Amino acid sequence: MSAKRGGAAGVGPGAAGTGAGGGLVRQLGRFAVPILFAALCIFGIIVAKITPTFLLGEMAIRVGRNSVLVLSLLIPILAGLGLNFGIVIGAMAGQIAAILAVHWGFHGVGGFAFAMALATPIAIVFGWATGSLFNKAKGREMVSGLIAGFFANGLYQLLFLFAIGTIIPFHNPEMVLPQGFGLRNTVDLTPIQYAVDDLVKWRVPLEGTMLRVPIASYAVVAAFCALTLFFFRTRLGQQFRAMGQDPHVAAIAGIPVERNRLIATILSTILAAWGQLLFLQNIGTVNTYNSHEQVGMFAIAALLVSGATVTKATVGQALLGTILFHTLFVVSPLAGKALAGDAQIGEFFRVFVAYAVITIALVLHAWQSAKREREAAA
Amino acid sequence: MIDRIRAFVKEAGIPRLLIAAFVVVLFGVAVATKMNVPGLVTDSIVRVARNGILVLALLPAIQGGVGLNFGLPVGILCGLIGCVLALNAGVHGVAGLALATGLGVAIAVPAGIGYGWLLNRTRGQEMMVGTYLGFAVVSGMSIFWLVAPFHNPTLVWAIGGKGLRTTLALTGVFDRVLDKWLAFTVMGVTIPTGALLVFFGLCALVAWFFRTQMGITISAARSNPRFARAAGISDQRTRIQATVFSTVLGAVGIVVYSQSFGFVQLYTAPLLMAFPAIACILIGGATVTRATVTHVIIGTLLFQSILTIALPVTSQVIQGDISETARLIIQNGMILYALTRLGNAK
Repeated sequence: MSAKRGGAAGVGPGAAGTGAGGGLVRQLGRFAVPILFAALCIFGIIVAKITPTFLLGEMAIRVGRNSVLVLSLLIPILAGLGLNFGIVIGAMAGQIAAILAVHWGFHGVGGFAFAMALATPIAIVFGWATGSLFNKAKGREMVSGLIAGFFANGLYQLLFLFAIGTIIPFHNPEMVLPQGFGLRNTVDLTPIQYAVDDLVKWRVPLEGTMLRVPIASYAVVAAFCALTLFFFRTRLGQQFRAMGQDPHVAAIAGIPVERNRLIATILSTILAAWGQLLFLQNIGTVNTYNSHEQVGMFAIAALLVSGATVTKATVGQALLGTILFHTLFVVSPLAGKALAGDAQIGEFFRVFVAYAVITIALVLHAWQSAKREREAAA
Repeated sequence: MIDRIRAFVKEAGIPRLLIAAFVVVLFGVAVATKMNVPGLVTDSIVRVARNGILVLALLPAIQGGVGLNFGLPVGILCGLIGCVLALNAGVHGVAGLALATGLGVAIAVPAGIGYGWLLNRTRGQEMMVGTYLGFAVVSGMSIFWLVAPFHNPTLVWAIGGKGLRTTLALTGVFDRVLDKWLAFTVMGVTIPTGALLVFFGLCALVAWFFRTQMGITISAARSNPRFARAAGISDQRTRIQATVFSTVLGAVGIVVYSQSFGFVQLYTAPLLMAFPAIACILIGGATVTRATVTHVIIGTLLFQSILTIALPVTSQVIQGDISETARLIIQNGMILYALTRLGNAK
């Protein structure tokens, strides 16, 4: 615990320095987090003696399947809503769609497209609900989003554990528990597995094994990056930016702030639903009751390790963060095993890093906004 | 008459009435289906005594203006360190419990000061910072439990001889010493007198504390910081005092919890412990800015009764365990409701 607190305290003065310091210090400060994180990854790679080919193979898969989830966080940040912890709810929408698509016998890339189409209206409804909640809890969007995710998880369990097979007619012995209702813990998604990843089949021979390079998934990720960048430049995107800078001024300037906040949340939720679908088509199975739970935490931690903050994040940071965070994710259990002879330590360590990174980002954000308020009052 | 009913509903709050009605319905079903009602009541009371102090720990933070203390695991971990040290020293019975509590409190004071200092610098985001600080501390401490230099064979894994076990049994150490102290049975209901006395005693202590000068100062600084500053009270200071008090109660709370539960749970067990406690105090009628000891007691009684009797009662009607799902919905629904009731902060 002392280490944790030391960490938070240690970053504080540094942040104050970047606020007050000149150009060079500021530049260094901006990249301090990713540099530190990269150093940590490299240290891990060296102690665990990880081969570049192994790492490359892991990253080729992980970047393809996780990037869209991280991208889904950008729009709410632009609109001044902070980190959308409610993307868990979007992931649930994606999961519901995937389960239904496979249940109805869809398969291949057509099945995936159907799941995406099905996820969209569900995500719109969920996003609208989350956005309305955020409008009722202004200034507390992050904590509300987090709790809303837990709450939605309760409703999700109610739906899949109890309603399916009893109130909702759903008979599929492969998916339903032997008791006749409730979904099994894991649902097989083989029909849509690699639907996008293998759309363009590309195998790279790597040390005797054929590495699957999901080139089509990269294209999808690139398309979403481009779309997000394009959106930032649209009229609505500019309105979001104005709201993010100062909601009061934006409101006076005639921007419909409440409506736009709702739109930002809905867009984020839809992207999260699609992101989760892309994730699931790579994994090939759904852990019905916990695939979605950690989505928010991992996506947010990934975004933050790139040096993004609660108020400012770019597409480049989303991609860089995904690469850095997942490198650590792969490396840390192996490094833990090499260093302490126990992979468990590494596993605890990566969870600790995820939480600590989020904590430090939140502390810095609150610290700086509190300081600004004090200066404004003085 | 209708006005009086309306006034009562407004005073009690719709969620609280709904939850109270739910408890009554559950008990009604239990009676109608000839279940072991005294057994259910006993379990409910045991769980009130077990969880009560953790709920009480939230009160000073609310009264001090820090809001809902989502960082309760900070205090909980201090208490757990106390328990582990007491177990390692091999002190049994009430002395062991006292040692665990004393060590826990001793660690909780500096931890609370640090946590309060951090919360002062992150005003307006205390709940989010508290939540994630709690998560980070729990996962950081998981590494500590794994590498800590404990060698007592009753505490570490049998294979390998290092790393604390996930759960440490208290059998024969201080398992249920408070629950058993002066315990008696009335009409089939067993009353865990000692644990209840400790809970009510601490409630009385907290109520008394907020009547002392220090307590009044803390509440005054919360309800009107500008006025307090004009009167020479630093609300920075009172907020730290409130946080320390909350953290200390969290440490005491987990020691009492563990003795009643019979196990000390390490690693990820404390991760989500703040949430049910927060739901309890909110169900009792507290808000993010105001809480009383009555809210603590009523809330704990209602929520813990639901958690205790929902499983056996609903399992007679519905197959499968719906109680965990119901807990998620009620608990987080209640917290969300409270968060939207605050008015807009910005």
